[in-house]
Amino acid sequence: MSLDLTKIRSQFPILEEVIYLDNAATAQTPQIAIDAVSEFYEESNANVHRGLHPLAEKATEAYEDARQTVSKFINSKYSEEIIFTGGTTEGINLVARSLGESELKEGDKIVLTTLEHHSNITPWLQLKNRTGAEVSWIDIDDEGNLKMDELDSILDEGNVSLVSVTGLSNVIGVRPPIEEIIKKAHAEGAKVLIDAAQLAAHHQIDVQKLDCDFLAFSGHKIYGPMGVGVLFGKKELLESMPPFQTGGGMIRDVSKDGFICADLPEKFEAGTPPVAEAVGLKIAIDWLNQFDWKDIEEHEDKLIQLAVNELGKIKELTLLGSKNSSGSLSFTIKGIHPHDLTDILGEKGICLRAGHHCAIPLHERLKVEASTRLSIGIYNTEEEILRVRPSIEDAARVFS
Amino acid sequence: MDLYTENILDHFKHPRGKRELADPTVSHEEVNLACGDKLTIHLAIEDGVIKEAAWEGSGCAISLGAMSILWEKLEGMPVKETAEMTAEDIIEMLGVPISKRRMKCALLCLEGVKNALK
Repeated sequence: MSLDLTKIRSQFPILEEVIYLDNAATAQTPQIAIDAVSEFYEESNANVHRGLHPLAEKATEAYEDARQTVSKFINSKYSEEIIFTGGTTEGINLVARSLGESELKEGDKIVLTTLEHHSNITPWLQLKNRTGAEVSWIDIDDEGNLKMDELDSILDEGNVSLVSVTGLSNVIGVRPPIEEIIKKAHAEGAKVLIDAAQLAAHHQIDVQKLDCDFLAFSGHKIYGPMGVGVLFGKKELLESMPPFQTGGGMIRDVSKDGFICADLPEKFEAGTPPVAEAVGLKIAIDWLNQFDWKDIEEHEDKLIQLAVNELGKIKELTLLGSKNSSGSLSFTIKGIHPHDLTDILGEKGICLRAGHHCAIPLHERLKVEASTRLSIGIYNTEEEILRVRPSIEDAARVFS
Repeated sequence: MDLYTENILDHFKHPRGKRELADPTVSHEEVNLACGDKLTIHLAIEDGVIKEAAWEGSGCAISLGAMSILWEKLEGMPVKETAEMTAEDIIEMLGVPISKRRMKCALLCLEGVKNALK
């Protein structure tokens, strides 16, 4: 069954104003999830846990209900494997700090790829500086595909503690073979973290089937509110890891000399969590769950292929990476800086993004300083994609 | 009003003063880390006056156009006066309102010249 786009778009009044093709940065939120956040503040607002009054109980139930929903969404075995964070960045930092500082020692290796977003690079570089661990890189070919033989040789050298890789590039939309990476890494005793910030919005995730050790994503990129994210970690790993941040909410007992951590998941949720945002995320996931992933993938694939064909007709345009991208594609146009192009398109109500998209090493590898990115969501239409090429051609005329 | 006026586009397509300088008193590279735009400004200073100016770099039409327009004023200007130039002066030279999202592009040249004189 194909998606009913009119019905989908009725949940997003903001889309009447603009052609929104900046979904990799943040996706729009369905009205039902926006309303859920307001309703939480209107009817259930209280801090979670230990409040012995009815509102606190309501808030705690709503928050834990959201955890259950997320657990089902990515099929984690236990709901306490779901840690609510501020976003993907915090999730990766949590692992880098907690696992990194407790387990990694000088000479141990962390493996990254050229495709990574800065948030899956800088926490590991910090860790390298703190512990003397090494960071090894897997490069890409000109199409943007990972050179898997480089992973093999790094794993052969030994001492690999963790492979941290994106599930879907936020720039060129290439999808690394994460199942294969996880199998290979596990065979050599290495753990794997998947940066699913982009993947989670475009493809179904099953953490048990993947067998990844950690997986992080953000609420706002899967149609939920900003300020809430998810870190999945295998229970036995999370149990053995020290807390990331400490303070209220994550302790069992505190004395003047020390403290004992609470159990999972509270152990990793110090401070007041983003309760209203988690509730909004739950409703966004419920909303997304009404659609079949196969239909979403089919629709989005059609949009990307249309964009590739349309952009391919612009002769000054160079598409970065492969033509088989998912979610996002990026390009450059000879003679027009991405900032100028994106500004001109913005004036016409077409929202794309310009710059390095928090992936400077990838741009260096592709030998471009900056690019323009088009990224789609479930609600975009073929008509919207067809509006892009004429607008780019108009912009090109300004600079010719 | 359209940002890409004939004047700005003309400066972008035919940049003035974009070259090396044989013997600069100072050369300074100014980078907009957010977008990668880069300007290198060369100044030859004599008796507190900018005797000769030149610049090199890459970037968007606004950052390069603004640099070219500013260059036309630089030669002969006293250092003190140059160092006191403000964002408003640059916007006036450009002759169009600059949106918040392009302000950094428009002012990269001014930052560069001021930092060169520090």
